[in-house]
Amino acid sequence: MTSIKDPKKYNVIGTRPVRPDGTDKVTGRALYGADFEITGLLHGKILRSPHPHARIKSINFDEALKIDGVLAVVTSEDLPDNPDGISSIAYGRGNILAKDKVLYVGHAIAGVAAIDPHTAEEALEAIKVEYEILSPSLSVEEAMDDSSEIIHENAFMKEFGEMTTTNNNIDEHFQHKMGNVSKGFEEADLVVEGKYSTVMVHQGYIEPHAATALWKADGTITVWNSTQGSFPDRDEMSDILDVPISKIKVVPLEIGGGFGGKIPIYQEPVAALLSKKTGKPVKILMSRKEVFESTGPTPGGYTWVKVGVKNNGKITAMQAELAFEAGAFPGSPVGMGSQCVFAAYNCDNQLVDGYDVIVNKPKTAAYRAPGSPNAAFATEQVIDEISKKLNIDPIELRLLNAVKEGDRRVDGPKFPVIGLTEVLEAMKNSPQYKKSLDGPNKGRGIAVGYWFNVGLQSSCSITVNSDGTISLVEGSTDIGGSRASIAMQAAETLGISYEDVNPTVADTDLVGYTAVTGGSRTTFATGYAAHLAADEVKSKMIKRAAKIWGISVDSVNYEKGQFSSKSDPMLNMTFKELAKELEGSGGSIAGTGSINPKKVGGSFAGSIADIEYDPETGKVEILDFTSIQDAGKAIHPSYVEGQMQGGSVQGIGWALNEEYFYDKQGVMNNSTLLDYRMPTSLDLPKINTIIVEVPDPSHPYGVRGVGEANIVPPTPAIANAIRQATGVRFNFLPINPAAIVKNTNGK
Amino acid sequence: MATVFIPSLLHQFTNNVSQIDVEGPNVRTIVNNLDLKFPGIKSRLVEGHKIKPSISVAVDGNITPMGLLEDVEPDSEVHFLPAISGG
Amino acid sequence: MSKKTHVQTTINGEAVEFLCEPRQSLLECLRDIVGLTGTKEGCNDGNCGACTVILDGRTVTSCLVLGVEVDGKELTTIEGIADGEKLHPIQDAFLENAALQCGICTPGFIIATKALLDHNPDPSEYEIRWWLANNLCRCTGYDKIVRAVQDSAERIKAGG
Repeated sequence: MTSIKDPKKYNVIGTRPVRPDGTDKVTGRALYGADFEITGLLHGKILRSPHPHARIKSINFDEALKIDGVLAVVTSEDLPDNPDGISSIAYGRGNILAKDKVLYVGHAIAGVAAIDPHTAEEALEAIKVEYEILSPSLSVEEAMDDSSEIIHENAFMKEFGEMTTTNNNIDEHFQHKMGNVSKGFEEADLVVEGKYSTVMVHQGYIEPHAATALWKADGTITVWNSTQGSFPDRDEMSDILDVPISKIKVVPLEIGGGFGGKIPIYQEPVAALLSKKTGKPVKILMSRKEVFESTGPTPGGYTWVKVGVKNNGKITAMQAELAFEAGAFPGSPVGMGSQCVFAAYNCDNQLVDGYDVIVNKPKTAAYRAPGSPNAAFATEQVIDEISKKLNIDPIELRLLNAVKEGDRRVDGPKFPVIGLTEVLEAMKNSPQYKKSLDGPNKGRGIAVGYWFNVGLQSSCSITVNSDGTISLVEGSTDIGGSRASIAMQAAETLGISYEDVNPTVADTDLVGYTAVTGGSRTTFATGYAAHLAADEVKSKMIKRAAKIWGISVDSVNYEKGQFSSKSDPMLNMTFKELAKELEGSGGSIAGTGSINPKKVGGSFAGSIADIEYDPETGKVEILDFTSIQDAGKAIHPSYVEGQMQGGSVQGIGWALNEEYFYDKQGVMNNSTLLDYRMPTSLDLPKINTIIVEVPDPSHPYGVRGVGEANIVPPTPAIANAIRQATGVRFNFLPINPAAIVKNTNGK
Repeated sequence: MATVFIPSLLHQFTNNVSQIDVEGPNVRTIVNNLDLKFPGIKSRLVEGHKIKPSISVAVDGNITPMGLLEDVEPDSEVHFLPAISGG
Repeated sequence: MSKKTHVQTTINGEAVEFLCEPRQSLLECLRDIVGLTGTKEGCNDGNCGACTVILDGRTVTSCLVLGVEVDGKELTTIEGIADGEKLHPIQDAFLENAALQCGICTPGFIIATKALLDHNPDPSEYEIRWWLANNLCRCTGYDKIVRAVQDSAERIKAGG
């Protein structure tokens, strides 16, 4: 048996239909953020800091306004005041347009609106800014050192929501404790520890950020953008601009990739302010350089891990310290990294400390399972080292210590139903793991990783059309085919065919509050909302059939799209036939669903990597790669496989080549897609996938969010494979050809 | 009585007690009763009439969107965690 | 702003004329002047392939071609791949193999695939990956795209 599958069989769920937005996407007709057009459109560009840390002494844009075709300039002066000083809103405004200080190269200082993008660029060159240069901190070690310049002078280190009196560029200290680690380490027969470092990497979506904003004379604002969440965008716009949400509408266009990076807004408020000044809609598109330097990558930093085990492999104690770069403003995912670092292991004695460190680099944003890959890069290599020292198979070692339902995670809660054991068994029985890997310079590595399902609110509404199709309106922007998976769940609940569901992703005026497309929540929560809406439609249709037939509601049976009477076999009609009768029997039927789920289960994933390295050039070739993940229930298996393959390849790029390469002046030297080296088709083999299904009992179809956990194990799996092949354990990323050659001495 | 797990960074309020049974039908009452026993701890968890935005409450392992309003059973576990997001 | 140049070209089999400044790339002309927004910008320096079009039989990244250079030349863009409402076998194959997630790179991949299969109707997996190496995809990991290209080759051989 190579996998564990949910035995439940469905009519629509588990099939692989073509997505409803597919034709538009293969013909170029689909409208993404940059494709949006509207009458009177102006074009905006943003002036950005060339210095990583400096005080702004003056900004003069008189010359810029004199240029023919330049219509307006905005700076932080055009944003509302910050009476509270340090607050998340003040920080938010500070990242949109720098106030008083620039805190990273690429930090936005001013926005310009002009009749075309080239004229806007000319205007940027005419804006004069005077700086007082300050010394930057470009790593967590530098920032935490006593001699470094304090970046936010009025911010003190927080511990569980409270400011301490320490002012040292550490914005927050997290801690989780369970049992007694000192005692646990004393009981161990073997203790292994290591400090593992990573650097910033970017989500790497192919579509740069794109937004158009219109601030009308009546005070309402409309935004058309590519976003992972129109409702959260509306909330953020409201906070930043101090405008009530009732006056803001966000219309999501198609989105060309996000992975967490399109959850924050960047140019939207600037475009809105420029629109306010000019009275016209303003479109601002980011260049690729701006995407790298001015949006949020995921942090670098270090994770130090120490694990104690008995000679039989049973873990007795686990301790970790994580320090992640927040970037210029607080909010690295170190808290979540701290929760995930030991999530796969059942151990009563754990201590984890996490530090969110301010550095003069762009404010970090979420990147697929944020914080967890950085942490797993450490833990999974320490566990691998233990498996070698004790001569226990790496999968068996993990099976011995794997968390199960009822085991506690270090931050406290017990795991609900969870499929780590099943994932490990599937790895053990996989074709790749069973195949032997022979020959010199080759190595195999495995690893596992965890990510949550963030829950959060979703809404959906369904209307029955007279031809028996349904129009389904939901608010989850579709990055990967979710509109199909959501439609499939509605079709399943209603007992109609997938082709009869017409899903639309709607703007903030047309559907109830729906949180981000991210956090592995969409197929779960928005699918659940669709299921509830479909259930309401079903019961209304049953009532209507009863009315038409003049029988009691209890006498109506509804199964597989057929209404029938329990007492009279002559009475039956299909969903389509009843739909035709609705208008004449009381009017059209609609249903709504809204959910903010309390119970959600997370997902475990595993990677198996076979590599071969060239001692002369240091190049690592991926010979074979398998991604294994617990999907609970795969609604559309092709899209689940797609998530697993996509996350795996991002992890492969992270392991072997991707990095933010900074020079000593704090300037990123490789902010192009040539030098920021993401995998191409030629770098990879086919990515095998094994979908494990341990249904999540808190979802009507057992769905687990799968978008993220698959990016967690690839980097340590590859590092473990390289250790196997070269004899060298790499405690930093990326393990690029130069690093291999330097550290293996051509072994 | 529900079992409340005290976050390690707040152990200074509880003399290093890491978990304690507290009465209350919902999280709000439990937090108030906890504050009676360990004065000052409530101000670390609550801002105005809500749980602080950077903190999540989990009852029986499930993070509740209802914060202080969430019902608690007599044998429930209550945890306070840093809020999670995703990408 | 400099004087505009009059460009006469053939796009997807139709005669098209437009005025553009010498500094405007072909990508910019297609999207902002001619109104064909199916071709996408990902990097504007030839490294992602999202802007791939076919120019006189060769694939080019339109961000590195100037609008004025296509005077008298023939272009194929994503808008010209389908035959009216009938999708091309490559487009069908991409849909049925779930070879797109966000879809932003898809026009570039379909154009590159068409150019590949016009040139080599029976490519090996290595040849497919080599030919597509200038088209970046961040969502799929390329697995289903390669399968879609293999499927496209079969469909075209079978008569589409």
